Amino acid sequence: MTKIAFVREKEIPPSAPPITEVGIIGWLSQNLFSSWLNSILTVLSVYFIVIMLWDFIPWAYGGHWNTKSLRECLDLDPDVACFSVLAARWKQLLFGLYPSEEYWRPTLTFIFLLLAAVPILFPKFFRFFWFSIIYPGLAVWLLWGGSFWSISIVYIGLTVGTLLFLSLIRRYLKNYIIAAILAFFFTAVFFLFIYNPLVVLLNGILPISLPFVESLKMGGFTLSLIVGVTGIVASFPIGILLALGRQSNLPVIKMICVGFIEFIRGVPLITLLFVASVLLNYFLPPGTNFDIVLRVVIMVTLFSAAYMAEVIRGGLAGLPLGQHEASASLGLTYWQSQRLIIMPQALKISIPGIVNTFIGLFKDTTLVSIISLRDPVGLASTIRADQKWNGIYWELYVAIGLMFFIFCWGMSQYSQYLERKLKTDK
Amino acid sequence: MEKTKINITDEIAIHISDMNKWFGNFHVLRDINLEVRSGERIVVCGPSGSGKSTLIRCINRLEEHQKGSIIVDGTELTTDLKNIDKIRSEVGMVFQHFNLFPHLTTLENCTLAPMWVRETPEKEATEIAMEMLEKVKIPEQAHKYPGQLSGGQQQRVAIARSLCMKPRIMLFDEVTSALDPEMIKEVLDTMIQLAEEGMTMICVTHEMGFARQVADRVIFMDDGQIVEQNEPEEFFKNPKSDRTKLFLSQILGH
Repeated sequence: MTKIAFVREKEIPPSAPPITEVGIIGWLSQNLFSSWLNSILTVLSVYFIVIMLWDFIPWAYGGHWNTKSLRECLDLDPDVACFSVLAARWKQLLFGLYPSEEYWRPTLTFIFLLLAAVPILFPKFFRFFWFSIIYPGLAVWLLWGGSFWSISIVYIGLTVGTLLFLSLIRRYLKNYIIAAILAFFFTAVFFLFIYNPLVVLLNGILPISLPFVESLKMGGFTLSLIVGVTGIVASFPIGILLALGRQSNLPVIKMICVGFIEFIRGVPLITLLFVASVLLNYFLPPGTNFDIVLRVVIMVTLFSAAYMAEVIRGGLAGLPLGQHEASASLGLTYWQSQRLIIMPQALKISIPGIVNTFIGLFKDTTLVSIISLRDPVGLASTIRADQKWNGIYWELYVAIGLMFFIFCWGMSQYSQYLERKLKTDK
Repeated sequence: MEKTKINITDEIAIHISDMNKWFGNFHVLRDINLEVRSGERIVVCGPSGSGKSTLIRCINRLEEHQKGSIIVDGTELTTDLKNIDKIRSEVGMVFQHFNLFPHLTTLENCTLAPMWVRETPEKEATEIAMEMLEKVKIPEQAHKYPGQLSGGQQQRVAIARSLCMKPRIMLFDEVTSALDPEMIKEVLDTMIQLAEEGMTMICVTHEMGFARQVADRVIFMDDGQIVEQNEPEEFFKNPKSDRTKLFLSQILGH
């Protein structure tokens, strides 16, 4: 018979784990050589990687950079890469048909883009947020040129409108809707009657302007970034509103949002782009000059906003009902509760999906080559149509792929950083 | 321990008359009549599904009633959003599952509503929050996130969060049911302390010891109706209705 009663008299002190469980040896034995089968697979994988690099490294490393055509490359050594095409055409890949004496403008726009992104991505630098606000106007002016005043007066008009709205709410009336209508009315008056004379006047006093560059000259990565970044920045808030609308208790708003999301998601992006490039002209009054890049940006934005809405709805659905109840029971209004409690959590849950949509959008910008805009992929066809480079594939597409990879990988890395930073349960 | 009854005033805090509520076709609350005086402490008990949680959730409009009237602190609950927001800022509520905001620190959980709803300056809101966190005895956790606290600590933060709005009435919805046994006491102690300070409280709970110790009145509900109410001593010693007797034998019997 066994004895049931037991009393511990001696404490067991904690000791170190066995050597095969920790350090490099532990990692290797657990992850690569945990069984015979896994060991064989590890060795085979290493073998394949080595074979591939064995061919690729000499091909890439020994590549030609200074020949005049593909023919010359092949005559020198047909077994290595012919990067000369990049050396000859890299300006086109970056800037499209942008006038070469104005290359500094897209370059400066890109540098400013990085600077403008910093306050948004890293809250530590939030005090520079004013730069992110003025950046869109600055970028439009730098890229398309024209009068400096025509854009800065837009900013002044919008600022006055916003301040008017805020002061109306603060001081005189508590009603958001009336304040918004009044502010909108005065802003409209500003743009209809004061804007033009003011621009003319300021141009007369102090003419600051850049040579105008038309949209069809935009191309290369400049175009990818214009469409991609604008699409990303604009589709995010629209997606949030659509997601909230879809969850709304108001049936009309809900129906509009559901209809929009389902319609846009059910149609291929290429169809929308064709609509933007061809069909819209039939519907608009003759002679209307509705900028092609703007049309494409609007379509891409709407397209990814629909996806964004569904991703964010997933995040909203992941929140316990108790969060809504707790914020309501404290007396927070619907919008306060959305902004302070619901959205910060829903967006945090949705980070992987949101970044996924952003990356998808950025790569989808290459589809604009189908409506004959000159993005890098479209330019690749143009370059290959040139007699000198006819027949070149790998070098061009590897370079374009690498450029896209750098941006997309950056976004992915940032999202992982953000997820780590927002983790509050450990 | 002797109960203090001096706090109860003639002022009526909550007045519910002939209130009815349905979930679809299901009649959850039937002809509820209840008058709560300022400073009164009420315990609501009853079997699960009896409508006790729904009753107190109607008081701050987390659930909408379909018939009858609810007047809280002189303001009637109607569809008017302004009235609802006003009542919600006067009535604090603590939930079974805490419902703290996990993306904010303990302190931010406490300062958020005063800053946004009452427009209290941040400095003052922080002072009030620290005072309340001290009252629930966890000022040292102020800068931690809810996910880093134990269940009992989280529930005490939830109480502090409600108190920061300086509510006139507190609603407790089974606040100890989700807690491990060793943490129940710390939460009950906080509630007892609050009761002794004269807060108007309505507690849905199965903690009969707590009911005996602090309640001025115990209400027993079954099938969406108030079946019996009485002073705690009488309620536990001489239950009148058979349903009350059965319920008490079930929860006190083991």
